[in-house]
Amino acid sequence: MTFKQMFTSTIGKKLVMGLTGLFLISFLIIHVSINATIFADLFNPDDNGTMFNKAAHFMASTVLIRILEVGLMGGILLHIIQGYMLTLQNKKARSTGYAVEMGNKGSKWYSRSMGLLGTLLLLFFILHFSHFWVPARFTEAGLEMPVEYNGVLMHDMFGLMKATFSELWVVVAYIVACISLFWHLLHGFQSAFRTIGVNNNRYLLLLNSIGWGFSVLVSLLFALMPVAMYLKWIE
Amino acid sequence: MEHKNINVKLKVWRQKNSKEKGSFETYNANNISQEMSFLEMFDVLNEQLIVEGKDPVAFDHDCREGICGMCSMYINGRPHGPWQANTTCQLHMRAFNDGDTIVVEPWRANAFPVVKDLMVDRSAFDRVIQAGGYISVNTGNAVDANALPVDKAKADAAFAAAACIGCGACVAACKNSSAMLFVSAKAAHLNQLPQGEPEKKTRVINMVAQMDKEGFGACTNTGACEAVCPKEISITNIARLNADYAVASLTATK
Repeated sequence: MTFKQMFTSTIGKKLVMGLTGLFLISFLIIHVSINATIFADLFNPDDNGTMFNKAAHFMASTVLIRILEVGLMGGILLHIIQGYMLTLQNKKARSTGYAVEMGNKGSKWYSRSMGLLGTLLLLFFILHFSHFWVPARFTEAGLEMPVEYNGVLMHDMFGLMKATFSELWVVVAYIVACISLFWHLLHGFQSAFRTIGVNNNRYLLLLNSIGWGFSVLVSLLFALMPVAMYLKWIE
Repeated sequence: MEHKNINVKLKVWRQKNSKEKGSFETYNANNISQEMSFLEMFDVLNEQLIVEGKDPVAFDHDCREGICGMCSMYINGRPHGPWQANTTCQLHMRAFNDGDTIVVEPWRANAFPVVKDLMVDRSAFDRVIQAGGYISVNTGNAVDANALPVDKAKADAAFAAAACIGCGACVAACKNSSAMLFVSAKAAHLNQLPQGEPEKKTRVINMVAQMDKEGFGACTNTGACEAVCPKEISITNIARLNADYAVASLTATK
């Protein structure tokens, strides 16, 4: 039993999907928490994105976070490539399909549509990275005017968000992505734990409920960000 | 209960052998008693075809009491038909109404090639069992209960897993044609008992390797297998196999 044999087995490949999925879920917790600081503006009119800009600056200027960022990109790539390879392998296991499909008799549509939902998320990532990650790390497009807090110059990520979410089609695209994320997480969260081997029914039930709560909360919070900026709830 | 006879229209997959392309043929099955099982209805149809000088429909069957795992029809988009926890032989015509059109297909999976009509070759399952679904020594007669203590919960879980009849409905229902419910049930049945425990690691490694070699897909936890299983094998067995496989493959010494 070599490591190669393990990780090229169907269970091994799924294990990689599950572990990278859980890693990306842990990243989502960080991402949504930091971005939710834009809502500080709702409670303190003088905030003007200060809390968010400082948090973003902390993430961008901390060495450990930058190292983790490399791991994150690796995790995303592995999850995407492995996902497509598994989808192809699974499709190849049945060349002649059924005349009458089982459909939703026995399984949920979103559990059977992880490839499609993942593809929508991948398309969204291209858009999302070009909006924020690429300007913040490389091009500085839209970030030419830094903000200064306590003598430290920082990217005005809050300003970039406001500018980005002033266009309706962008807001719509982000909402579609959040809906895809919701369904992807709803299956992915509990499926990942089954794949890594959690087989105690008490925990599986608990994880199912946590998965529901997590999927709703994260997707809703993310979706509210472009909406709040487009509707100028936050200025 | 009301007893009556019904007429149904059958759309049946006909295929001469594994090499030729198949297609659907439509037949009328008239004056079918609702007390008949689905297979008895096919017996009536076949008698009719023989009288007409046509080739009868080939289908697998043996015990006709829901325990052998031979019958394997995909009926109206569901393995073993519309009833829950049921095999095709135990499906009765009262599940259908007069005038219904019933579409009958063979199990679809590349690992289960069609032999003829509705018969598929499920020897891939036999080879998975040969790879590790056994205990290497003769376990002898039943010993005194106090000589070999077994945890009640484990005994129950092993017994529930052992109910698998290997019919292949799980593979037929799975969008990935994954055999994980079958393999996990067979592994869970032996792994949890003291006689099967010593070979647990090699068993799961070898059975999974054979499962992959046969060309079954990966499990994506959709739950379709559990929903159609005539013996209601739980997909928790799959999670258990995942855990056992991870431990076995990470701690294997060669």
